[in-house]
Amino acid sequence: MKTKRLALMAMAIALAMILSYVESQIPPLMAIPGIKMGLPNILVVFVLYKLGWKDALVISLVRVFLVSVLFGSVLSLAYSAAGAVISFLGMFFMKKSNLFSTVAVSVVGGVLHNAAQIGVACLVMDTNLITYYLPFLMLSGTVAGILIGLASALMVNRVKIEL
Amino acid sequence: MQLFKNKKAKRDVILIAALLLISALLFVLLHHNEVGAGVVVRVEGEEIARYSLSQSGTYSLNGGTNTLVIENDEAYLSDADCPDLLCVNQGSIKYTGECITCLPNKLTVTVFGAEENGIDAAVS
Repeated sequence: MKTKRLALMAMAIALAMILSYVESQIPPLMAIPGIKMGLPNILVVFVLYKLGWKDALVISLVRVFLVSVLFGSVLSLAYSAAGAVISFLGMFFMKKSNLFSTVAVSVVGGVLHNAAQIGVACLVMDTNLITYYLPFLMLSGTVAGILIGLASALMVNRVKIEL
Repeated sequence: MQLFKNKKAKRDVILIAALLLISALLFVLLHHNEVGAGVVVRVEGEEIARYSLSQSGTYSLNGGTNTLVIENDEAYLSDADCPDLLCVNQGSIKYTGECITCLPNKLTVTVFGAEENGIDAAVS
């Protein structure tokens, strides 16, 4: 049982990392820093529903760390980690409330991820000007969250896991 | 079960609608439709330069990391040394409050309004 869980986690992290890479190859739709699909979040939502919040947190943090170390920089680690932690907290409470489906859970994750990144950008650049991007990033976070939530729902419903 | 699921979907829609409304509200609050007087350039929050929008010119910013062009009362970054060139792709700005951000160089270019009399202050 334990080995199976370990294998599953390793696979989820590997998949999330691949999706991070795929996402980095997609040219940005709008020239606003921080706009992206959030493809790896499919795995986080999936594990959150299938294996529980502890495993989802591990997936999220390990993925962010590995991707930043391999392809990014110290600064990108700060942005990603803040986004990952805040969006995880949001999704955790959204799921715990049991009031919403995966779509809303992932939407909150997406919006909070972007909000956290704006927060870090404000700190790094020592200016609150970046709040100018907030409406765009909220909008993009919502739209991306809907798509990711639908994809996660498909995965949660179709992939059978027996531990 | 079906009803339960529908309830969740309904709450989802309400939440999403609320978020869209908030972003629309923020957009209206944060954005103005008046043409600004000039642009201020900041690096890590420190102001390094101010330029009038009515004066055309090309300026090298921050020791050459970014190039600012002002023409036809609009400002844009024509070149940068970062790989993603997001700041160049952000296009031109002219309305008060609009800004261009270059995250790698920690540089921002923001339009300020006429009432801030920024240029006079900078010259004196």
